[in-house]
Amino acid sequence: MSVLSDITLRRNPELTLGRKIWHLNWGLVLLICLLAAVGLAMLYSAASGAWEPWALRQAVRFGGGVVLMFAAALIDIRFWFRLAYPVYFAALGLLGLVEVMGTVGMGAQRWINLGVIQLQPSELMKVALVLALARYFHGVSYADIGRPGYLLVPLVLVGAPALLVLKQPDLGTAGMLLMIGGALFLAAGVRWWKFLLLAVAGGAAVPIAWNFLREYQKKRVLTFLDPESDPLGSGYHILQSKIALGSGGLFGKGYLQGTQSHLNFLPEKQTDFIFTMLAEEWGMVGGLALLLLFFLVFVYGFAIALRSRNQFGRLLAMGLTINLFLYVFINIAMVMGLVPVVGVPLPLISYGGTVMLATMIGFGLLLSVSIHRDLRIPRRGPRED
Amino acid sequence: MDKARNEEQLRQRSFTRRALLLGGGMTAMLASLAARMYVLQVEESDRYAMLAEDNRINLRLLPPLRGRILDRFGAPIAANRQNYRVLLVSERARDLDAVLERLGDIVPLTREDRARIHREVARKRQFVPVTVAENLSWEQVGAVEVNAPDLPGVSIDVGQTRTYPYGSALAHVLGYVGAVSERDLTGDPVLELPGFRIGKNGIERLHDERLRGEAGTSHVEVNAFGRVIRELRREEGVPGQDVVLTLDAGLQNYVHQRLMGERSASCVVLDAASGDVLSMASVPSYDPTVFTHGISAAEWKRLTTDTLAPLSNKSIAGIYAPGSTFKMVVALAALEQGIDPDFRVWCPGHYTLGNHRFHCWKRWGHGWMDMHDGIVQSCDVYFYDIARKLGVDRIAAMAERFSLGVPTGIDLPGERDGVMPTRAWKLANIGEPWQGGETLVAAIGQGYVLSTPLQLAVMTARLVNGGLAVEPHLTRGFKVAGEGDERVPAAAPPIGLGAPELALMVRAMNDVVNGERGTARGSKIAQEGWEMGGKTGTSQVRRITKAERAAGVIKNEDLPWRRRDHGLFVGYAPIGAPRYVVSVVVEHGGGGSSAAAPIAKDVLLEAQRRDPLGAAPLPLLASRTQPG
Repeated sequence: MSVLSDITLRRNPELTLGRKIWHLNWGLVLLICLLAAVGLAMLYSAASGAWEPWALRQAVRFGGGVVLMFAAALIDIRFWFRLAYPVYFAALGLLGLVEVMGTVGMGAQRWINLGVIQLQPSELMKVALVLALARYFHGVSYADIGRPGYLLVPLVLVGAPALLVLKQPDLGTAGMLLMIGGALFLAAGVRWWKFLLLAVAGGAAVPIAWNFLREYQKKRVLTFLDPESDPLGSGYHILQSKIALGSGGLFGKGYLQGTQSHLNFLPEKQTDFIFTMLAEEWGMVGGLALLLLFFLVFVYGFAIALRSRNQFGRLLAMGLTINLFLYVFINIAMVMGLVPVVGVPLPLISYGGTVMLATMIGFGLLLSVSIHRDLRIPRRGPRED
Repeated sequence: MDKARNEEQLRQRSFTRRALLLGGGMTAMLASLAARMYVLQVEESDRYAMLAEDNRINLRLLPPLRGRILDRFGAPIAANRQNYRVLLVSERARDLDAVLERLGDIVPLTREDRARIHREVARKRQFVPVTVAENLSWEQVGAVEVNAPDLPGVSIDVGQTRTYPYGSALAHVLGYVGAVSERDLTGDPVLELPGFRIGKNGIERLHDERLRGEAGTSHVEVNAFGRVIRELRREEGVPGQDVVLTLDAGLQNYVHQRLMGERSASCVVLDAASGDVLSMASVPSYDPTVFTHGISAAEWKRLTTDTLAPLSNKSIAGIYAPGSTFKMVVALAALEQGIDPDFRVWCPGHYTLGNHRFHCWKRWGHGWMDMHDGIVQSCDVYFYDIARKLGVDRIAAMAERFSLGVPTGIDLPGERDGVMPTRAWKLANIGEPWQGGETLVAAIGQGYVLSTPLQLAVMTARLVNGGLAVEPHLTRGFKVAGEGDERVPAAAPPIGLGAPELALMVRAMNDVVNGERGTARGSKIAQEGWEMGGKTGTSQVRRITKAERAAGVIKNEDLPWRRRDHGLFVGYAPIGAPRYVVSVVVEHGGGGSSAAAPIAKDVLLEAQRRDPLGAAPLPLLASRTQPG
């Protein structure tokens, strides 16, 4: 055992399982359970007051998710550090597999049938990308980040999955991957003017990207810009969602009383439009309460990121929080007609297996960062002993 | 070591700065969501709440019950009957063919019916009922109810159908109801209801808006697929008003039965004093209920191509040369021009004008004829002579005062005007000047002169009621649940003829039937106090050539039906104080005295026996008080 590793060990004492559980961020766990409870209540309402077909299955998934979350939380962060790239490439491989053998759902290839579960690799990719970028930027010094050469690898890390997802085609997830990447670049310390350059380049790329879009995607963007132009066609979803929200008013129509949702005017109320149903039944008060719960989760995420003593943990916590934030923001903005309908679910609330899985693993990683906050990891990685 | 620590501190500080920046950005974005929520859920909430209600609540129209049509005593002559229908909801039937098979044992279903049901099921949404069969009998309704467990998705529904208790006897007056066509749409949403029926002809069409009533509404909650979840609110409509006619249904039925002996005939009975139409019949007729359920193409073709025109109401739409029934009008025109009724004309059987010879119906002539005898014996030569003195325009002016050749204005669609020619009329319509001989032909009600049976009845009424310009009408008033309003008849104005002149006419018409030499003496009514008077008319439909006249005019019995003369008769009873007026036209019946007068006799006898004018009609309360 060398001197250095001895120092490392002294500064990074191995935590016992008991201490780890003691260090678990129980406030965050409570928030997560609260959000999941709200989700189950809404799924119960979506089925007009029945546990079948959604609420019960979602509850089981959440139970499984909690187990996964605790497992991920208790695993040493250095293990996750080492696993970052393999996980990333595994996710990338799955994305590639979707191309080959994916099931076509909603006019796009997004699913892999694993027998028990329909896997949506693009959801897992978001967590994997955060892991990979956190690991990469952890190894780059403050000075080196200013050098363009060091940006090549992370650009590829973001670009490769984004292109694959865009090809599925899933505009929402591709955009989210880019935004997660962008946020992590920013958090890692990439210089401002480069973002400016990127924004200009991105603006120039819009007309080119337009040509890559499928017909239904173009239509969605166009109806977003003018939803009332086609109230019975593509604008129907946005319009009905706005009607449901607006008619909910300040205090809502009451639990299980949403006319728009229960008379089926609201499409996909158990998945993408579940926030609309909540806001219809509980009104603006309910909507704001849910937003507040999520806001508290984000605050916890930031606190964990700022409190971490290693760059990997900081970036990982920040990336996961931003990932969650993007889900919440895009979903709610979408149902309120602020952004086009892109098919982004509301984590912990919407019905869906993979999103639940990815979200809970994400929380697990976040908790792991929190538990191992005082651990220092050298820039070149933890010593292999 | 320092370097590493320095590096770490740099990174941490940079991270913290940027994390706070990102956090600030995220908070701002969340705030924008909250702001948007405020706009949607507070500021624009009312608008969206309204849109949500629009989505959820569907307005369904409840078709109003069509008003009935009653005769003068309140007997229903057009009513509504409950129509039991079998409906099928395809989503509950599961195996459609099996259900139809079992249903076929109760209600006969043809292959076309099954094909139609399958088509409708495919077109409509699964929960929308499809009509399988209509007009079920009580036994069939019972059988369907009893077998309900074996007939999933099958239900019995009660609708309303129009019925006409007197059937074809009143078809021409009442008209019929039928499906709404494209051009009937007026914007009234009730017209767009499937299965809604509107009046297509006759009284049903004339008073359609009153009979129709106003639709009620039912507010139902529906889901996005249009399925009805529940009824929220219901506003009953206003049923249609009952229309009360002047007709006596019993008399009408009798008249119709009496006419049925003829191939094609019509008859009108009026109240001489008021113009109330007591009966109006036309044969052949048709069954009005065939239109209610949608008439088949074959049946429609049969009705429209029949040369006897069963759809035509010949009382108002059949125009005939009035023949000798016109002679009183010519006589009155002569009296007005100062011709002495005692002035006599020698009838040798013909009359010569220029190089043309005009014949009297009596080949060997009547001898000396004055006005009274001219009418009683219907001498043509007498009227040729006075017509030449008068000119056609004076005759036409008198005819118009008796509503001949002008519409009577009866409240029934489809009335034809007829023709009363004048010099100007011929120049305008035929483009040739009037010929002197045409005046002679017009004077015996032939040639261009055409009138409807109703016009002849009105003429007779004005002759015998003391010269009052009564107008015929069918509608007495309207009635809604004990309330109603009655047409207040305005006193008919006099047509400006002196009582002595009219008395002369009535005396002559009495003698036509009751005199020894009268042309209708064979149809005399023997019962004392019920005697009738009248005038025969025979209108030629063919031209008699010189050669035929020389060889002897062919008798009507020896001619093909279509070439026989029309037989006409106008009459009234009782002769003491005329109350009932009748006009009969028997197409190609031969002569007025042989074909039409016996019918008129029977009808007037029956009218007096029933005496509808002697009994109080159905009371109608005036809903509006007269301004004092």
